[in-house]
Amino acid sequence: MNREDFPLLKQDIIYLDSSATSLKPQWVIDKMNDYYSNYSANAHRGDYDLSFKVDQEYEGAREIVQKFLNASSLEEIVFTSGPTEALNLIARGFFEQLLEANDEVLITTSEHASNVLPWFRLANKLGIKVNYIPLDSNYYVTLDNVKKAVTEKTKVISLAGITNVIGDKRPIKEITEFAHAHNIFVVVDGAQMVPHMEVDVQDLDIDFLAFSGHKICGPTGIGVLYGKKELLEHLEPFSLGGGMNESFDNPNEIYLKPLPTRLEAGTQNIAGVLGLGEAIKYIESIGYEKITKHVHNLRHYLIEKLLPLKYIDIINLESDSGIVAFNVANIFSQDIAYYLNKYNICVRAGEHCAKILKNSVGVTNTVRVSLYFYNTYEEIDNLVELLSDYDKIVKEMF
Amino acid sequence: MDNETKRAIIMENYTHPLNRKTIDDASYVKVNTRNVSCIDNINLYIKFNEKRIVDMAFDGEACAISISATSVMLNNLIGKTKEEALEYIHNFYHMTEGESYNEELLKDGNAYSDIYKQGNRKTCATLPFRGLEKAILESEK
Repeated sequence: MNREDFPLLKQDIIYLDSSATSLKPQWVIDKMNDYYSNYSANAHRGDYDLSFKVDQEYEGAREIVQKFLNASSLEEIVFTSGPTEALNLIARGFFEQLLEANDEVLITTSEHASNVLPWFRLANKLGIKVNYIPLDSNYYVTLDNVKKAVTEKTKVISLAGITNVIGDKRPIKEITEFAHAHNIFVVVDGAQMVPHMEVDVQDLDIDFLAFSGHKICGPTGIGVLYGKKELLEHLEPFSLGGGMNESFDNPNEIYLKPLPTRLEAGTQNIAGVLGLGEAIKYIESIGYEKITKHVHNLRHYLIEKLLPLKYIDIINLESDSGIVAFNVANIFSQDIAYYLNKYNICVRAGEHCAKILKNSVGVTNTVRVSLYFYNTYEEIDNLVELLSDYDKIVKEMF
Repeated sequence: MDNETKRAIIMENYTHPLNRKTIDDASYVKVNTRNVSCIDNINLYIKFNEKRIVDMAFDGEACAISISATSVMLNNLIGKTKEEALEYIHNFYHMTEGESYNEELLKDGNAYSDIYKQGNRKTCATLPFRGLEKAILESEK
């Protein structure tokens, strides 16, 4: 649906890699072009009309994000370069000050590198322990397994809301309820979740959330850090400089601006922020109900068509997003991706940045198809037709 | 070399590669070679004497092009002097860049002569050669 909104789809391309990055609608492109063409002044600076318009648009985008997440105030919305920066900021700026040796952070083996490495860094630096919540036989996280993994030393649970290889949705609300009853913070990596489901940070009672612009039809290089205000107040900025200070005379007299500006040092990615705001408006104009239903139906259709192909091993029969990860017997995943590329089909092969997942799944690399609302049944038919002829794959894989 | 022959060489070396095994022997040098932009990941095990490559083997996971090129490399360069190996490697690089090269020297390595047309597979074909080149240069230090 809504294919006419995406200029790239005018090409003869079947794009099945939306978990890596989604396509960009004309709305977003126009919004950013308009800024660069017609009012590309700096924000929070000048006293002239153009700059004032930038301020209004920039803060307007923040308001769009705040309402989108149902955050309780604008101060809780910080723009970052992406969830990677946001997760690093959370680990470094907040938890590095708070955690002590032998405190535990719980993650899972299916987390993206950006929700693993910042914690490993703290393990090396502070001597904290990074432990894993066990996954069930479908690689899902259950509340029971969370309860089993939590100990007296657990201070943080940091999880993807939806993962990027399996596409499973985590029971975030149940986890935060349990965690908060035990004085444990909950960090949610929303990179794959926000594109696929409505996220109400107050209802879910999330302490910190990170998500990305370019996976929800927005531009690259922009993302959001949400944090509860009382927590963000204690987050130490790791970038100091222009725009975030109120005054400074000497090292003992540095006064910083209030939230969220304090955490946005230097000239920001203004076009990115405006593009992100527009992307959210675009997604909301379609509505999650329609997006989720279409993606779910497409995925189901694909699974049903792949199941009879006995040489295809589907890693995640169950999933709550648009991801299908699979392997073709005796053929390296990358050769499948190259083969499909010959027919202008874009899929991803690899570990998908979840390098420790292989220990749980027992498979190092997979072919990953990730669907979004602009994909169609005809595209799935094309894909399946190409995968239905094993001899052809072997013949054309290089 | 016609396309059918090229295909047969790649397929044969992919499905039945030479010396695909893990070597646990201190007389072999182990070199890991991988591509930044893809997931090919190969370990080479190389035994040198002063001048020659006495033996090679490999393990790891990679695409048909990388695995077959590794096998072709082993076939052609085991027993060769380091100097001869470097000459072969440099000619292979020239071929994958679409530049002029010594066709006769590369033998069945000519199976990859069209790779220069596929930018994203060039690094797959050259992967084992970059690993061996590195090991040879290291061994001379």
